[in-house]
Amino acid sequence: MKQIPVSLLTLTAGVAVTLISLWVGQNHGLLPEQASEQAPLVDGLFNVMMVIGTALFLVVEGALLYFLIVFRKREGDEEDGIPIEENLPLEAFWTAIPAIIVIGLGIYSVAVFQEMGGLSPGHTMMAHHSPKSTLVAQAPSNDSPIGGDVMPLLADAEGVEEGEAKYGIGAANQSSKPADLVVNVTGIQFAWLFNYPEENFMAGELHVPVGADVLLNLSAQDVIHSFWVPQFRLKQDAIPGERTELRFVATKPGTYPVVCTELCGSYHGGMRSQVVVHTPEEFGEWIEQNRVAQKDTNQTIASNPAAMTPSEFLEPYSQEMGITGDTIAQLHSHP
Amino acid sequence: MTQAEVSIPSHATEHEHAHKAWKWYDYFTFNVDHKVIGIQYLVTSFVFYLIGGLMAVAMRTELATPDPDFIDPSLYNAFLTNHGTIMIFLWIVPAAIGGFGNFLVPLMIGARDMAFPKLNAIAYWLNPPAGLLLLGSFFFGGAQAGWTSYPPLSEITANVAQSMWILAIVLVGTSSILGSVNFIVTIIKMRVPSLKWDELPLFCWAILATSLLALCSTPVLAAGLTLLLFDINFGTSFFKPDEGGNVVMYQHLFWFYSHPAVYLMILPIFGIMSEVIPVHARKPIFGYKAIAYSSLAICVVGLFVWVHHMFTSGTPPWMRLFFTISTLIVAVPTGVKIFSWVATLWGGKIRFTSAMLFAVGLLAMFVLGGLSGVTLGTAPVDIHVHDTYYVVAHFHYVLFGGSVFGIYAGIYHWYPKMTGRMMNETLGRIHFVMTFIGTNLTFLPMHQLGLQGMPRRVAMYDPQFATVNQLCTIGAFVLAFSTVPFLINAIWSWSRGEKASGNPWNALTLEWTTDSPPMIENWEVLPVVTNGPYAYGMNGRSAPAEEEVAVSSR
Ligand SMILES: [Cu+2]
Ligand SMILES: [Cu+2]
Repeated sequence: MKQIPVSLLTLTAGVAVTLISLWVGQNHGLLPEQASEQAPLVDGLFNVMMVIGTALFLVVEGALLYFLIVFRKREGDEEDGIPIEENLPLEAFWTAIPAIIVIGLGIYSVAVFQEMGGLSPGHTMMAHHSPKSTLVAQAPSNDSPIGGDVMPLLADAEGVEEGEAKYGIGAANQSSKPADLVVNVTGIQFAWLFNYPEENFMAGELHVPVGADVLLNLSAQDVIHSFWVPQFRLKQDAIPGERTELRFVATKPGTYPVVCTELCGSYHGGMRSQVVVHTPEEFGEWIEQNRVAQKDTNQTIASNPAAMTPSEFLEPYSQEMGITGDTIAQLHSHP
Repeated sequence: MTQAEVSIPSHATEHEHAHKAWKWYDYFTFNVDHKVIGIQYLVTSFVFYLIGGLMAVAMRTELATPDPDFIDPSLYNAFLTNHGTIMIFLWIVPAAIGGFGNFLVPLMIGARDMAFPKLNAIAYWLNPPAGLLLLGSFFFGGAQAGWTSYPPLSEITANVAQSMWILAIVLVGTSSILGSVNFIVTIIKMRVPSLKWDELPLFCWAILATSLLALCSTPVLAAGLTLLLFDINFGTSFFKPDEGGNVVMYQHLFWFYSHPAVYLMILPIFGIMSEVIPVHARKPIFGYKAIAYSSLAICVVGLFVWVHHMFTSGTPPWMRLFFTISTLIVAVPTGVKIFSWVATLWGGKIRFTSAMLFAVGLLAMFVLGGLSGVTLGTAPVDIHVHDTYYVVAHFHYVLFGGSVFGIYAGIYHWYPKMTGRMMNETLGRIHFVMTFIGTNLTFLPMHQLGLQGMPRRVAMYDPQFATVNQLCTIGAFVLAFSTVPFLINAIWSWSRGEKASGNPWNALTLEWTTDSPPMIENWEVLPVVTNGPYAYGMNGRSAPAEEEVAVSSR
């Protein structure tokens, strides 16, 4: 095989490809803002892959385009091309280079995954709720009132051994330090319910203080849902019959979307909520307001949620979710 | 690699054999000729491609605005479920394996038919009822749980339609198992004696690898779906969490098949690429052995990567990491193929026929699909983009930019062999340009949508994504219209196209040593292999002297 000489031209091309790739890796602007401690870690990995990917893309597409132009059939030329069938060094080269890249990316991925807390779901001492006894009780069999149900569970130590079976993203430093704030998140068709067990109230959107170590215990009532906050770069399915969790530290006050990403029925696309990251003072105020509000207006919820249909319970939140209680009632009566 | 000492027997006897050709109505019957079955597969699957495409157009029209204002959200879900199901099980798999595999494998290995012709016909005839079941399910609301049909959703939504969906998949799965057995036996046992393993056309290697993979994985899918069917109709509770069932188990069963299904859809296409590129570049394929073995490597590793679809599901940390690594490894043999094809172009005399344009278009887009696949293979990034439009973008680059472009390349390349007529090159070029623009316009912006926060499988979405979605919708319409020049070309050329000689592209594999279309039983006298399948420019055959070049690439 004729060797393509490493001319000044290819050298220049190589430098250009490198520079362009490095630039693209930093400036692609494809990712939303970073609002959790995990976000920069994920983005770091993504950006490295963007650099490598851009370089490979430019090299392969460049070669392709160049060959197509240079080796096009000329008018009247009915001859065959040069009969090259293989070139062992070249083939070894383009097997080895991707292999090395892939091994590197694998190691980097493991490191990022560990730093995100991916290795330690269920390692916390915190108790968590059982999916059978969440606040929105649709099944008539579930007659335990919330107040009496959640509080004992919090004090219950059995959560630790149950924790072994949990999936998701745990504490970043793999310590068994309890989280600063625990929120029990339940997915139902087509809404997220956020239960603050320590304060004993429920909300239709998630509120957390900035900088706090937050643990979400995810569960699902009816079908699989998936809890995603794009700005946190975190996602975990909420699975009926399984315990999953997400643990994060929000780093930036603001309001971010909570999106369901697992197909869960007709109004799956409408299953959107928000996470509001407050300053600690604001968060205190918000907790206060809700504690009072729920005590005043909603005796029924506190005493007997089992008597409520999901649509009744969801009425107050329907505005935010873009669907009406009627829709939900209809959907539940025609399963 | 070549054995030039044996001479080609004169296969083309002059006198006409009226009984040696099929009539048009034979194509609508239970016919055991592999060529008839191949064309039956191709035409049937193309009809389903159009049906699945119309569903996509309906969905993209819905997504032109953020609100669910065009079709009912339940119908939207039925469309997304059946779009995926049809495109995979009734278009790409049957077209690539059933269509090209059946038509070409016996011709490429010098056999008169497949090893089990009756079984072959039975396998084909399982497909139309499967398609009718899917279409009929719309009378019962249509299956709405996605082509993945995860329980519990699939067990509580549209039960009749979901059961019909399961039966349809089991039918095509059975078809695929029967076909695989047939291909394996045919390729191993029916080659003409002069065809050595290292001269087996790469398409046959690809079909062999694909068949082995289908045999290993399809039964697992059938098992999973049968359990689902029992849960829905017979009161079992394999996947019912409140009765002790486990929903994640279903996902394992499903993806154990359905990741390899990706290779069922792309390996035969790789095979097509390896045939089309050397012919139209007038070059031996670069790295024959590397391409053949990398298919097998992809199959083996591909059996152990399925959990990358479950990185956000109920999977423990070790599993997420193990499958990150195994998934990344698949990139290596896949890269080898891409590089080999690009290298094949080097030093060639590239003819920009429609077939070659689609093959090159595939190369250009598959690179992007492969690279985004690597990002998806790593658990940390996948946790962010799983079940978003980023995934939709990725697999459409692989399955549309890859598989569909490959099927088009194959059609333009082998149409003369199948019909005895040439296709119109001008219409072919228009078709290519429209398809290439449409594909990129539809699927490129979806990467951004997913990364920014738009989930997949939604009929309604956050208004901030409206503009980019409209771009995708315009692209989808371009794609829809791109089929028009193709349909005109394919239908018109079938009866009116320029007559094709036995070997219009001046190619070297055995299917070109017989008439176009080949007679029943393929050859008067079986051919003898005199040169390697890709020996372009070798053994002094640089100037293809007196061959009847029926079409010029100009
Ligand atoms: Cu949901
Ligand atoms: Cu996969």
